[in-house]
Amino acid sequence: MRRAAWLACLAAACTVSPAQQSSQPVIVQPGPPGAPSKTLPPDATVALPKDTPADVDFMQGMIMHHSQAVVMTAMIPSRTDNVEVRALGKRISLSQTDEMKFMKRWLTARGEPTSMEMPGMPGMDRNGKPMGLMPGMLTPAQMDALGKAHGREFDRLFLTGMIQHHGGALIMVKDLFNEPGAGEDAELFNFATDVDSTQRAEIKIMQRILKEIQ
Amino acid sequence: MTHLRNYLVATALGAALGAALAAVAPAQTAPTEPVAAPTPDKQGSTTNDPRVGLKAGMYDASEAISGMDHLIFLKKPDVFQIHASSPDDPEVQKTLAILGVSNTSRMSKPMQMVIAQLAFANSDFAFEGNYLFQGNFYGVDIYDIADPAKTRLLTTLVCPGGQGDVSVYKNLLFMSVEMPNGRLDCGAQGFPPPPAPPAVAGAHEALHGPHVPPANPERFRGVRIFDISDIQHPKQVAAVQTCRGSHTHTLLIDPNDPDDVYVYVSGTSFVRPSEELAGCSDESPEKDPNTSLFRIDVIKVPLAHPEDAKVVSHPRVFMNARTGVINGLTNGGSHPGERGGTTKRDLAEETPRDTNQCHDITVYSAVGLAAGACSGNGILLDIKDPVHPVRVDAVSDPNYSYWHSATFSNDGTKVVFTDEWGGGMQPRCRTTDPLNWGADSIFTLKGDKLHFDNYYKMDAAQTDTENCVAHNGSLIPVPGRDIEAQAWYQGGISIMDFTDPMHPYEIGYFDRGPIDAKQLVLGGYWSAYWYNGAIYGSEIARGLDVFKLKPTKYLTQNEIDAANLVHFDVLNVQDQPKIEWPSSLIVAKAYVDQLERSQALPASQIAELRKAINKAEKSHLKKKQVAKLNELATQVDSSVAGAKDPADANRLTALSTILKHPVA
Repeated sequence: MRRAAWLACLAAACTVSPAQQSSQPVIVQPGPPGAPSKTLPPDATVALPKDTPADVDFMQGMIMHHSQAVVMTAMIPSRTDNVEVRALGKRISLSQTDEMKFMKRWLTARGEPTSMEMPGMPGMDRNGKPMGLMPGMLTPAQMDALGKAHGREFDRLFLTGMIQHHGGALIMVKDLFNEPGAGEDAELFNFATDVDSTQRAEIKIMQRILKEIQ
Repeated sequence: MTHLRNYLVATALGAALGAALAAVAPAQTAPTEPVAAPTPDKQGSTTNDPRVGLKAGMYDASEAISGMDHLIFLKKPDVFQIHASSPDDPEVQKTLAILGVSNTSRMSKPMQMVIAQLAFANSDFAFEGNYLFQGNFYGVDIYDIADPAKTRLLTTLVCPGGQGDVSVYKNLLFMSVEMPNGRLDCGAQGFPPPPAPPAVAGAHEALHGPHVPPANPERFRGVRIFDISDIQHPKQVAAVQTCRGSHTHTLLIDPNDPDDVYVYVSGTSFVRPSEELAGCSDESPEKDPNTSLFRIDVIKVPLAHPEDAKVVSHPRVFMNARTGVINGLTNGGSHPGERGGTTKRDLAEETPRDTNQCHDITVYSAVGLAAGACSGNGILLDIKDPVHPVRVDAVSDPNYSYWHSATFSNDGTKVVFTDEWGGGMQPRCRTTDPLNWGADSIFTLKGDKLHFDNYYKMDAAQTDTENCVAHNGSLIPVPGRDIEAQAWYQGGISIMDFTDPMHPYEIGYFDRGPIDAKQLVLGGYWSAYWYNGAIYGSEIARGLDVFKLKPTKYLTQNEIDAANLVHFDVLNVQDQPKIEWPSSLIVAKAYVDQLERSQALPASQIAELRKAINKAEKSHLKKKQVAKLNELATQVDSSVAGAKDPADANRLTALSTILKHPVA
């Protein structure tokens, strides 16, 4: 069926026509729909979108954000035997540890610092103000309570805390794409999109486990 | 220790339950314990493999290969990379400046080279006639593959927007665009931010200050359509905008509609503001029943007037058919064991993952079904009415992070889904990464219900600097077996036999060392597809590789020859074609080899069959020789009933059919 259609098409010359080929590769840049294409010179190169300050802020902020999640998952082995919490924690830990390496690589390759802190001034941002928390991050009091909890109480605090934490990551992704010019770098775009879908799914898993233990 | 215990429980319980479920109605099943959340119940990858320890390098990495010959490697065309060999070259510095890399002195020299390559990632393939179309985040490369060993570049089409998923049909080329830098006019300038106001607030405020959605009528996110009648001068004829853009798309050729082609659009990215494209909404279904989430988009393209292509429906494929709730597939939050079910289908209906997107859809028109890999779920769609696909089944799996793509077996009885854990950007094939995370999962299709059988993961341990996870593959048309060539990013290409869905195994591979030994540089194979006798690998960072199969103990020359009888005029892998083999003695010889391997027939009968087939071939199918084949066919028929598995029974039946009516 499809073969017949294709051959008919060939006969009617409605498809690609090898006769017109040049032996040298051709570089073509199409125009808007309906407009003619431009042929570019053989040595053409194309510009890449610049990274914006919002891109850099997103990566630096997400490193800080992820590092708290890794600290939280590191508490799991000594505080709970819940199989589901342990398995989920393992996945979050593996995922976010690698993602932190990725973000540091992305920033380093662009000559940007991996932290929002002002060099030489721990706890201060680059405007000399005290560093705030990224959206969804647990407060020192919340982290303290989590560190002291065990068993079912730990599970509950871990899950509610991590749901809050992941929710903050979704806000950060949304804010990124609302920023003019941001998110046009291919790696950053893919990463931010993956953070959104992965953490959205993990929130749902955590909500289910939370419901079960309550 | 824990791993071992879990593994035993999972397999023993799984097998017992599988048997029980096959025998009784789902409502009667009473599992002893619910399936848990992610269970790392298997060990990670093995270090005992020739692919372990390969030397790193962009173009000089060492390689390991099995079951294939490497015919040719082509670097990405110059326009998609900086054409300089030294990081001190002004060209490199210029590109880094364009990239916004301000302080190159902090970077190691090799790193500078690497960063300048990344934005031009290669992506998926489509094939038509003697042409191969390789998508790129910045456009499409068109290659002449009339002689695969002499593959050559014909055309580079520059048109940014990522990720450049491609399809082709007749004189039309289709391309997915999802990134915010996509422009209607294919310009590469993107949409630079306005100059920063003089007193910028702190970093935090900059992220969370008031936002004006950056609506722009020049932005394009959706599916582009090019006319490729002149292969070296493609022209954009249409650009169909969608709310989430197009991460992937799938062509659907309706056998009942010769005048149109349909495109299923899967968008996974953020929803754009309604100021930019009217009607777009990222609200929850409760707040906005017309939300752009929880749907796919269907574009109808009139072949005679592709410029009139438009979105004709937004199928709510996650709807709960009973309640009409559009996020109904997995919404609810109940315990997976509550209803007494532990099959993956029960989990799909009960675990509370709000699946709101498909990542990729494979349509198989020959069976009227599509398999959707939809983030939290694998789904099965009835596509007999292409504009209104209807979900007929859904599965989920606590071991799955992100349902990514799907492939049917040729007879339509199995579906291989993939899990792109880590989004393809992370190393997920280390000894510490479980073999059931980021793996293929093989399902058997009974009627229109999916039943899980087993996982397959390329198991040669990769390093920390190699992004690796299950990715795109296509069937290799060896008759009598289900074989898939599959890309695993920097884990290379793995060729997998899943004829027995409980026991998938690898029959060949190709792998290079990491691009860089110290830094993870995004690369490796996006896709590995078989097309008319060759296997093509789309290397994200390096370029294009072409292979052909080579006989091994797992695959004979006769089986390869039989595969090579199959010829596609066009191949869009996610519009899966039905493979049919001629009634040729070459195919018969492949079956005989398989029946020998599986010991389905005694050695004496195998020898007799081979002798008779060779004689018939030499005689150019003289009557006397054909009569002998007919006689042997009857003997083969008598073995069908006693075959030890369905695969052998099918081979015996197919062999007998050829022996009764062989063609030259």
